Amino acid sequence: MPISFQLEDNTVLAKQHFNRVAREQMRPISRKYDEHEHELPTEWVDFWWKEGRKGAPGRIDGPNDGFVTVCVQAEELCWGDAALYLRMPTPALGGSAVGAAGTPEQKERFLSHFRADGHPIWGAMAITEPGAGSDSAAIETTADYDEATDEYVLNGTKIFCTAGEGASQVEGGFVVVWATVDKSAGRGGIKSFVVPARTPGMTLVGLEKKLGIRASDTATLRFEDCRVPAANLLGSARVSKKGGKKTGDKGFKGAMATFDASRPIVAAMAVGVGRAALDFVVEELGRQGVVIRYDAPRTSQTAIERDLMEMEAELQAARLLTWRAAKLISSGKPNNLEASMAKAKAGLAVTQITQKAVELLGPLGYSRKLLVEKWMRDAKINDICEGTQQINQLIIARRILDYPSSMLR
Amino acid sequence: MIDFEPSDEQALIVETVRSFAENELRPAARACDEGSQLDPGILEAAHELGLVANSLPEAFGGGGERSAVTGCLVAEELAWGDLSLALGILSPALLGLPLTDFGSEAQRASLLPAIAGDAYRPGSLALLEPRFDFDVYHPQASAKRDGDEYILEGTKCFVPWQEGLSSVLVVASEGDAPQAFLVPCDAAGLATEPESNMGLRALPTVELRLDGVRVPASARLGEGAGADLRQLVGRGRVALSSMAVGVARASYEIARDYAREREAFGAPIATKQAIAFKLADMATEIDGARLLTWEAAWLLDQGADVTREAALARQKTVQMALDVCDGAVQVLGGHGYIRDYLPEMHLRNARGFSSFEGLALV
Repeated sequence: MPISFQLEDNTVLAKQHFNRVAREQMRPISRKYDEHEHELPTEWVDFWWKEGRKGAPGRIDGPNDGFVTVCVQAEELCWGDAALYLRMPTPALGGSAVGAAGTPEQKERFLSHFRADGHPIWGAMAITEPGAGSDSAAIETTADYDEATDEYVLNGTKIFCTAGEGASQVEGGFVVVWATVDKSAGRGGIKSFVVPARTPGMTLVGLEKKLGIRASDTATLRFEDCRVPAANLLGSARVSKKGGKKTGDKGFKGAMATFDASRPIVAAMAVGVGRAALDFVVEELGRQGVVIRYDAPRTSQTAIERDLMEMEAELQAARLLTWRAAKLISSGKPNNLEASMAKAKAGLAVTQITQKAVELLGPLGYSRKLLVEKWMRDAKINDICEGTQQINQLIIARRILDYPSSMLR
Repeated sequence: MIDFEPSDEQALIVETVRSFAENELRPAARACDEGSQLDPGILEAAHELGLVANSLPEAFGGGGERSAVTGCLVAEELAWGDLSLALGILSPALLGLPLTDFGSEAQRASLLPAIAGDAYRPGSLALLEPRFDFDVYHPQASAKRDGDEYILEGTKCFVPWQEGLSSVLVVASEGDAPQAFLVPCDAAGLATEPESNMGLRALPTVELRLDGVRVPASARLGEGAGADLRQLVGRGRVALSSMAVGVARASYEIARDYAREREAFGAPIATKQAIAFKLADMATEIDGARLLTWEAAWLLDQGADVTREAALARQKTVQMALDVCDGAVQVLGGHGYIRDYLPEMHLRNARGFSSFEGLALV
């Protein structure tokens, strides 16, 4: 296959379908759930459970673009509303972890409910702790094996758990919790455990009040002698002193690999929010007679034209870096470097694009009558979650310099 | 299906050109810059790779393998080696590609076989004009019809003018419509003045004055509507965007390798986040700019109008190349400022992309 920018027909169909969903189901309630922060967006959740999760209708025989299609879907839905996207009843990141490290039996046990009828359910992943953010290896939540019952006993506190309310409270859902089975082993002792919703000992402590993505439930979860069967451990129980490098154990490395798949999605989410703002500004200014002249000499271009062109170029660069990282997943190739490039670029570009959008619209942009100020608040999360800008710079730097983490901290 | 990997054939071309750039262009780059001249031996050797001929029509001795995307891959690798030499090597395309795209059958037959032939034949396109408010789509140089002739008036600048050049393609307005005219270098009324620039010092260029230059009506490129300047400009922007990516990559790689070697406070400076993060940003921006450029090139290959995409790619690569090369000079510190290392030349060359138009085509 040569270099090509041609999306498959099925991807274009999916794009059109999810754009319609975004337009008809998300935009009309976007402001409402930004203002009613901790309220369940029932009309959206019900829509997704009944209709949305079936995917695009009318799919034709033939290929799609694999993970690029997944990114296109994320972009469209986040063009609609990034917070509602995160509130969809899906396995989400918890599902990615089970999918990446789980056995066929575990996949069936935890993911099949998401395809069944019944009520809407959620999956989530709990990594961050009050004292451990990007430095995931420093987590302090413990998992002690109880031989008598063949269970693990979890103790600790997790914060910033996206979809954590739904996943911990609604029967059928689950939270994938990272915990250490052996603190002395460092990263090698870190394992992930599937904790089904409503497991005794798992408590929802509270929900964060945030700058943006307010319709998304960001939970603090406490684990007090929370017992899960040993069969809920994802990956091998073996503790590797070398972080799993030589033993082929999927422990910490396997868990980190989840990010190689999730970062392109976060980047695609960012692009969706950025495009929402840029589309709106271009349309609104167009109504007021400002049209970008791509063929005008620089000396006659206005400052606004230059700004808009820069926003368009940066957004497209971010989108293409995202699709490149996604395409590598479909091709079964490593994408650790490319995923971090996409995430770093998209997170920052879209933060700046949405901030510029507010500026270009003047008082209109600042007003809560429009959604532009919301998009600016929503966009910023993409520069922080799934590894901050700086963590992704660190990963890129280690890759391009061929440095182990001990050389560049 | 969307794909960001070159085909096997494209990968082979990249490998060949990269090794030529590494072994021939890079070692000669500094001497060419200091001596303000291209190395004719290198131009001949590069010609044997058939990079331009490959994209010309088979009917006129070319390879018939025209692809703007492949052209971008080639342009980036050559510019990675050295920008001046890259522009020299690809200069036959300045005549060859517009002839292919817009020329009449007679014009193509009279010139293309020589360009695709065994000997290197430099080409030249006179597009820019020496005014700060120059509008590439509306040149002030004019062409007036007078019987069976055109009379050309005006001043063009940054016109490549290598030894052995026999004719130059001059862009001038015929009424409101810009057109391209084949003008022999020894035409009466045509005067040149050698230019000296901040960068691209090895590439000989001139300011070209046209004072009542008469050419036959048949010298106008194409029949009917003539040349499509919009497409020509787009092809130039895409080609130069790829070269900007190539120059940036060259400078970035030197900075990266230097940072791994250079020690301060007992450790390589690349182990410091201030340097490492700068390098990470450089690498990311280079890749993003390249993808934007490839997309514009791919659209060209689909026959699309790329006015918007080429303008965006140009805007992005111009700033990216400047930032990256400036960053490389900064990473090398004092060593970045002296002419023992290449980043100072990269910085001088990179700044030019905001001025250049039509120095290369895909």
